[in-house]
Amino acid sequence: MGNDVVLETEGLTKEFLGFVAVKDVALRVRRGTIHALIGPNGAGKTTVFNLLTKFLEPTAGAIRFDGRDITGLKPADVARLGMVRSFQISAVFPHLTALENVRLALQRERGSSYDFWRPERLLGRYEDRARALLADVGLDGYEEVLAGLLPYGRKRALEIATTLALDPPMMLLDEPTAGMAHEDVDRVVALVRRVREGRTILLVEHNLKVVAGLSDTITVLTRGQVLAEGDYAAISANPDVKAAYIGSDDA
Amino acid sequence: MPQSQRIALVVMVALIAIGPFLFFPVFLMKVLCFALYASAFNLLLGYVGLLSFGHAAYFGMGSYLSAHAAKVWGFTPELAIATGGLTGMALGAVFGFLAIRRQGIYFAMITLALAQMVYFFCVQAPFTGGEDGIQAVPRGHLFGVLDLRSDFTLYWVVAAIFLACFLFLYRIVHSPFGQVLKAIRDNEPRATSLGYRTDSYKLIAFVLSTTISGIAGGTKAIVFQIATLTDVNWPMSGEAVLMTLVGGIGTMFGPALGATVIVTMQNELAEFGAWVMVIQGAIFVACVLAFRRGMIGELQAKLRKPL
Ligand SMILES: Nc1ncnc2c1ncn2[C@@H]1O[C@H](COP(=O)(O)OP(=O)(O)OP(=O)(O)O)[C@@H](O)[C@H]1O
Ligand SMILES: [Mg+2]
Repeated sequence: MGNDVVLETEGLTKEFLGFVAVKDVALRVRRGTIHALIGPNGAGKTTVFNLLTKFLEPTAGAIRFDGRDITGLKPADVARLGMVRSFQISAVFPHLTALENVRLALQRERGSSYDFWRPERLLGRYEDRARALLADVGLDGYEEVLAGLLPYGRKRALEIATTLALDPPMMLLDEPTAGMAHEDVDRVVALVRRVREGRTILLVEHNLKVVAGLSDTITVLTRGQVLAEGDYAAISANPDVKAAYIGSDDA
Repeated sequence: MPQSQRIALVVMVALIAIGPFLFFPVFLMKVLCFALYASAFNLLLGYVGLLSFGHAAYFGMGSYLSAHAAKVWGFTPELAIATGGLTGMALGAVFGFLAIRRQGIYFAMITLALAQMVYFFCVQAPFTGGEDGIQAVPRGHLFGVLDLRSDFTLYWVVAAIFLACFLFLYRIVHSPFGQVLKAIRDNEPRATSLGYRTDSYKLIAFVLSTTISGIAGGTKAIVFQIATLTDVNWPMSGEAVLMTLVGGIGTMFGPALGATVIVTMQNELAEFGAWVMVIQGAIFVACVLAFRRGMIGELQAKLRKPL
């Protein structure tokens, strides 16, 4: 069934000055699933994310999201359609408080964000929702802390809370657990499980335990190309995948 | 408004109120014009993270058009100053549109290049009076009634303009829109990924800043009854940067204090002639080394309260 696929690419290719970072990638992400994109360092995973969300212009290929060709859209408009990404390097607004970070995602929808003549007080109506979202990721008590001063794991949690504030039908998470301590990793995994209801999630992740625990489908990327696709059992048994990971001692 | 800023505002208003009883009103009016100019500039540098190196264009053209409106068209002073603001707005809309997509140093360079074009235009265009500028600009009657020839009377008008614009800037920074600006300053890709069309926000902020710079320039023209090439030349752009740095980037009260310090210094050092630039440069370097965050910036960091 065609409409079962929410995100689809065809011949997606990106060249940087002659270097092909992503080559002829055909990705099909089914609605409501958690789809992992894995591969060694430099395989092109982040570049694929940048292409999907239009932070980079594809050299060739097409992207369809929710039945719509989004290849020519601007990144902000992709987000408005409901496909929201996170970043590999934690992306918060360091000089805003944790609460303000989340509130910023909430305030966009209602369209008062261009009102430069109105008081900040108006944003008070998003406060309860923002607090609830922060509590959801274990950040209660940190509302008034400047995001830049949060420890690394909490920054990542804040980033997820901010993304969730948009309630996006499709979330792209780039290594949400990278550099985290064990208990933080577990927290993120639990959180992703909790919020997956009603959404599709595309996940880049190096931690194979996380991948195994969460994903319905896995696509393996090496040198910009799709090497294999399947569920965890199939992928972990695939000799090509094993070969690709050997020699790059990263998994 | 947090208490720290409330206190700062009361102090500032009190100083403005007693100022003319202690100092020459003309000197204080100069301070207020530059305080407004620097505050407008800081809206961009401090709250959007955009370094415009061409704000002289908006200040200077505001000054010229206000002078022209008052002298040639016979506008009343408030309309002449409004003309300066509209000039800043129109010019800012065009230049902003051209510059806003550039990042970092490229943005600074293109704003500088555009401002230099304006400068060369002013050197050539007959209406600016070339090297002489537009002189003997009449101060006129406020709303056609209140005679502004007295420095003391004019001072209160300038003080009111400054305060109104300052509070307007405060509101912009502390509005739903201002929140988005600060987010763009902090992490533009992230703001984009949340669905904000950041270029539009930056452009609106740019035009707001240039409008107020135009008002500052226009007010200056009415106060000194002259508009000259100095207003529109690149060192005037540098002044905005300097005053903001000395006072504190991204603080509400820093640029005004920075302007006060710099204008006072220029006045005190005037007798040293060409040495002013050198002395000013040395003091600037000392200032930046001593207070990296600017004067108000350091105070704010000490108190851990916004100012
Ligand atoms: N803007 C760019 N300009 C030039 N080359 C780039 C650019 N972005 C990425 N690359 C190159 O493209 C390749 C793929 O990079 P990408 O960041 O997509 O890898 P990745 O799979 O996300 O790796 P990692 O697991 O380390 O995050 C790398 O060789 C990288 O150097
Ligand atoms: Mg990556």
